[in-house]
Amino acid sequence: MKQYRLHMLVCAGTACESQESKDIIKNLEAELKEKGYEKEVQVVKTGCFGFCEKGPIIKVHPDHVFYVEVKPKDVKEIVEEHVIKGRVVERLLYEEPALEKKITEQEKMSFYKKQLRLALRNCGFINPEDIKEYIAEDGYLALGRAIKEMTPEEVIETIKESGLRGRGGGGFPTGYKWELTYRNKNDLKFIICNADEGDPGAFMDRSILEGDPHSVLEAMAIAGYAIGAEKGYIYIRAEYPLAIHRLNIAIEQAREYGLLGENIFDSDFNFDIELKYGAGAFVCGEETALLNSVEGGRGEPNAKPPFPAESGLWDKPTCVNNVETFANIPQILLKGPKWFNSIGTENSKGTKVFALAGKVNNVGLVEVPMGISLREIIYDIGGGIRDNKKFKAVQTGGPSGGCIPEKYLDTHIDYQTLQEVGSMMGSGGMIVMDEDDCMVNISKFYIEFTEDESCGKCTPCRIGNKRLSEILTRITYGKGTEEDLENLKDLGEMVKDGSLCGLGQSSPNPILSTLRFFEDEYKEHVLNKNCPSGVCNMGKKKKPAAKKKQ
Amino acid sequence: MAGIKSLEELQKIRAKAQQGMDLRKAGDEEYIKLMVGMATCGIAAGARDTFNTLLEEIEKRNIKNVYLVQVGCMGYCHDEPTVQVNKPGEPPVLYGNINKEKAIEIIDKHVEKGELLQDLIISKSFDRA
Repeated sequence: MKQYRLHMLVCAGTACESQESKDIIKNLEAELKEKGYEKEVQVVKTGCFGFCEKGPIIKVHPDHVFYVEVKPKDVKEIVEEHVIKGRVVERLLYEEPALEKKITEQEKMSFYKKQLRLALRNCGFINPEDIKEYIAEDGYLALGRAIKEMTPEEVIETIKESGLRGRGGGGFPTGYKWELTYRNKNDLKFIICNADEGDPGAFMDRSILEGDPHSVLEAMAIAGYAIGAEKGYIYIRAEYPLAIHRLNIAIEQAREYGLLGENIFDSDFNFDIELKYGAGAFVCGEETALLNSVEGGRGEPNAKPPFPAESGLWDKPTCVNNVETFANIPQILLKGPKWFNSIGTENSKGTKVFALAGKVNNVGLVEVPMGISLREIIYDIGGGIRDNKKFKAVQTGGPSGGCIPEKYLDTHIDYQTLQEVGSMMGSGGMIVMDEDDCMVNISKFYIEFTEDESCGKCTPCRIGNKRLSEILTRITYGKGTEEDLENLKDLGEMVKDGSLCGLGQSSPNPILSTLRFFEDEYKEHVLNKNCPSGVCNMGKKKKPAAKKKQ
Repeated sequence: MAGIKSLEELQKIRAKAQQGMDLRKAGDEEYIKLMVGMATCGIAAGARDTFNTLLEEIEKRNIKNVYLVQVGCMGYCHDEPTVQVNKPGEPPVLYGNINKEKAIEIIDKHVEKGELLQDLIISKSFDRA
């Protein structure tokens, strides 16, 4: 096999592709060919590097040079300078704002220093459309060992011991979920991967599927072996065309290599995977609603129990896990539960991927060990608040979570501590707000989202969220009363108590948490008809445009 | 292709695929780094041949812990092509006038056996670049 002397890894995640990374790859290949270097340099398209703020990204090996914000027209210079003459193109390097210094190597950037990439380990390192690169990184070894050397009970025990909890939001211990499904004897069982990532601003699962689809396929097969299922479905929203494309390629390749299909690793274990497309309804991330949708019914939740582990898809025992949860599984089997166990906090093991967005300098995808503080994520990794503005709050958990104010910035995040400060881990959205953001308006945004996305089955959720939204609209137009604030609290609690599924049970959280920490801001809106951040219109008439001079 | 039937078959495919990807892991502490000066002067003096010869030798001998980097002008234009060898824990050594044959000698002696090629050394007194 001919060795290349340089590997140029170009990010081909959705964020970078939308910024012409396809053209960069095309130009790069053409330029290398023209200069006669196509046999010495390998161009690899990879998944997300996470540093979306500065995309598109090209990483060059073995020099570890990390180019940011590359444009298709820059390719010529990169080839002429870096490839031919070995000179780094300085102007395309990342400049650390705090140091005012250009950084050549990825590992030295503060964005990456505090990260620990387990679920994202292959993103930005391998070509997701080539199964061989995944196999080179120990891919399918965990599946092989599980089938050849472990009993299903041992696999389940390993996952239980690792302490892995669901990364989709609920945080239920994964090993127990597998065990419950395993114990329910039936001739047919199902594994489902929940890729219905619905939180506004969240893109963790999409990036994993785009950058390392085989890790999810392998984990699903392992889960199938453990609980005794022969069929898996990936429920993925149709708005993720690139992830779907790469998954289809990956499934095809895995079948070709005999890693999906019948008699895997020459055993009597059969497993195959099929994609099911969702239409983008937020409620379909809830597992019973998801199951209804896979069956072809309306995406509405059912009462639990029975849990899917007893009676799920077509009334058969079904195990539903999230994308990021699955992405952790092969590593746990290979490195052992103790290794995984050693990372994180007492009740939350391992790492968590966050989609860091909002008013931070480094918007992107970050993976950090549990127990890191919010301050470290926002200031060290995220590079602080944009334009040197003042930090106001950070929203975690999407429409089900809450806003955390400055005084809790040193909270060491895990499932429990985030709940204690009125928010939740959720699936991993993290939106940073600065002094220019109005908290009343923010909670209005979220409640409008859930109002839209409520499936309408339960009255408290269907009508309660509507009323909450109306009250907030009134307040932001300067027509709110003190009584409205009381009503927000009472109605919010009522919606939480009276709803069947997680959507309604958590939809008032953004309102309740902002009321708890930013009550003065609400009062200012209600009593003085004033929006301190100047965001809300407060019913003022717009100033008439200045008359043009004749 | 026929499906993978055993762990051994998987390991075989893995080993083969890893070869092509070793380069992306280079740069770790234990790696020997070979730097070839490839500015205009170096290229004119034949550095690309030197570079490719080094690459072929590394591949042919299946040496795992070496990686090659091309660098800009090191200032010894009169002795091009130049090759610098950085071995972990040792001072870097800079060789001059390295043609194809001498490139093989570097791999043979310095990289594999740890013997310096005294006649070809330009400098070994500077700090690691």
